[in-house]
Amino acid sequence: MSDGNRHFVSSEPFNPQQIEALTAEQEKYFLASQWKMMWWRLKRHRLAVASGIVLAIMYFSVVITEFLAPYELSARSEDFLHAPPQGIHFFHEGDFVGPFVYGLDQTLNLETLQREYSVNRDEVQPLRFFCSGDPYRFWGMVEADFHLVCPAEGGTLFLLGTDRLGHDMWSRILYGARISLTVGLIGITLSFILGIVIGGLAGYFGGWVDNLVQRVIEILRSLPELPLWMALSAALPARWSPILVYFGITLILALVDWPGLARAVRSKLLALREEDFTTAATLMGAKPSRVIGRHLLPNFMSHLIASATLSIPTMILAETALSFLGLGLRPPITSWGVLLIEAQNIEAVTLFPWLMTPMVPVIIVVLAFNFLGDGLRDAADPYK
Amino acid sequence: MLNYLARRTLVMVVTLAIISALVFIIVNLPEGDYLSSVIAELESQGENVDRQKIQFLREQYGLDQPLWRQYLVWVGGLLQGDLGFSFELDLPVQDVLGDRIFLTIVVNFFSVLFIYIVAFPIGVYSATHQYSWGDYGLTFLGFLGLATPNFLLALILMYAANRFFGTSIGTLMAPEFLDQPMSFAKALSILEHLAAPVIIIGTAGTAGMIRRLRANLLDELYKQYVVTARAKGLAEGKLLVKYPLRMALNPFIADIGNLLPQVVSGSVIVSIVMGLETVGPPLVRALQSQDFFLSGAVLMFVAVLTVIGMFLSDLALAVLDPRIRLTGGAAK
Repeated sequence: MSDGNRHFVSSEPFNPQQIEALTAEQEKYFLASQWKMMWWRLKRHRLAVASGIVLAIMYFSVVITEFLAPYELSARSEDFLHAPPQGIHFFHEGDFVGPFVYGLDQTLNLETLQREYSVNRDEVQPLRFFCSGDPYRFWGMVEADFHLVCPAEGGTLFLLGTDRLGHDMWSRILYGARISLTVGLIGITLSFILGIVIGGLAGYFGGWVDNLVQRVIEILRSLPELPLWMALSAALPARWSPILVYFGITLILALVDWPGLARAVRSKLLALREEDFTTAATLMGAKPSRVIGRHLLPNFMSHLIASATLSIPTMILAETALSFLGLGLRPPITSWGVLLIEAQNIEAVTLFPWLMTPMVPVIIVVLAFNFLGDGLRDAADPYK
Repeated sequence: MLNYLARRTLVMVVTLAIISALVFIIVNLPEGDYLSSVIAELESQGENVDRQKIQFLREQYGLDQPLWRQYLVWVGGLLQGDLGFSFELDLPVQDVLGDRIFLTIVVNFFSVLFIYIVAFPIGVYSATHQYSWGDYGLTFLGFLGLATPNFLLALILMYAANRFFGTSIGTLMAPEFLDQPMSFAKALSILEHLAAPVIIIGTAGTAGMIRRLRANLLDELYKQYVVTARAKGLAEGKLLVKYPLRMALNPFIADIGNLLPQVVSGSVIVSIVMGLETVGPPLVRALQSQDFFLSGAVLMFVAVLTVIGMFLSDLALAVLDPRIRLTGGAAK
């Protein structure tokens, strides 16, 4: 055997990654799960992240509303009806006193028969922090009176003024968030379930099921949403308790909203059910529910979450509009829409513009959800 | 084409039939019979009830019969132009709505027109000047327009007009023309008062339309046929109008299917907030007092408005776009 024909054999053990050795960074990227990559992608979208933080803060505030609000939901200051907002000051006549508000004096104008308020520059009312104030039942269960901030003893603290009955607007907006923000979440959960089940059936089975669902969707989408919502919520029995009405309204919101999601699910399923992995799963004896839930849905779950995020603001707005028109929630349940009922009278609004303040959180929430949803939609397809 | 027209008409008629059933069921959902509760209330107040008249109404609209009979009577009436009877106002529904039906159509028509007229140039501008300051500014405005709900916008503008200009922007005509027959002066007054509501109703739609037209046009602008045309020396303006714009225009028209329900929805609530003389305000009142002939008629009218609008846009699209397949059978 001549030397020329001998093969070179390395004595080193075989290393398959010899040529394409990955750096730690590359490895992290290649091995990342889909959700991790979406998160990286989302983080680059500054506006979406900022909106997400704003929303997180707002939703967190809902948990501890009683503690944050200086007044209790139904607390009335009978002597201060339609009182203007009190600004927070730090310096009194050049001296630092810490956060405080000036007292309000009121006189009755006999010509216009209006109460007129003026700021009393001599009366300094320092704010108290982590204090005992209005008693409340935390989540309707535990009795407590601990607040983040309270007015001075015998003083007042109306950061956004008071309404016709002397309720503190700021406290009521905080309490209203509890209802307004959760309506969207519960509504979207219901509509999500309806959309996935109905769209899934239509897309997976096709044929007459698909045809029927398609027609129903077409009809629902050709109806203007708001009048439909109005008519349905007017049909809620008047003797229902406010809590039942609340769930009734979320159900109604979901009933009109699902076609959009169902349509998205259906079109994706139509494409995916022709894929080889679906056939493989079916041949191995998987039931339709398993094929849809285990093999098909995860493929476009991220898209669905993005579009669901984009429809939450629609629901929040719908609830606000319905309550504003007097067809939605009824007092004592307080949502931003219920608060805005007071702003319907344009004369009152001109005299007491702070009655319009519940609009501000509505617009912030709608904008934030839109930005977040946009960011999610861009991030939903991280392999692009 | 004729075949397509016939098929599309059939679909529309079936859709309207189903919608009418849906509307009838919804307005009849509240428990109890309106007439009986009215009689009870009047009697408890010691007032005289005109039993003969109520009996007449009952028979006229078949209120003592099962629901499906009532539905048939109602639809039959609708088809013959009898919209029913408003028990609360003690008037036929036609008389309650009267001019409002026409004014609703006017408001919605002008809102859609406004959306197209404003969205078109702005959309084209932001697409051709992508990432310029103008584009950024307009995109931001669009976002704001999309996020501000129109009934809140109406409230804000009414407050601003009242506070800073001392005028009221509510209502659709000067007070002296209310309940007057239509005349040239009245039409002029209506046109003057239309501006504010049309802008308020149209804002959200305009913002959405701009975004879609911009995206569509951007997809087309960098395609090869555009490059080819440019390489052959076609002037920029002519190039834009001749090729990519025409391609981007189809979705623009097809989109009326999404736009119309949104505009009609918006016009209802804005009308209620601003007190416009459209079908919006009677709808809320009727829903609150369970005056079901009135609310049913308004809901039906609003649905007919959108369905017919979509029908017309489908026809326009079929004429404009030769790629639309007029024969049945979807490609799978």
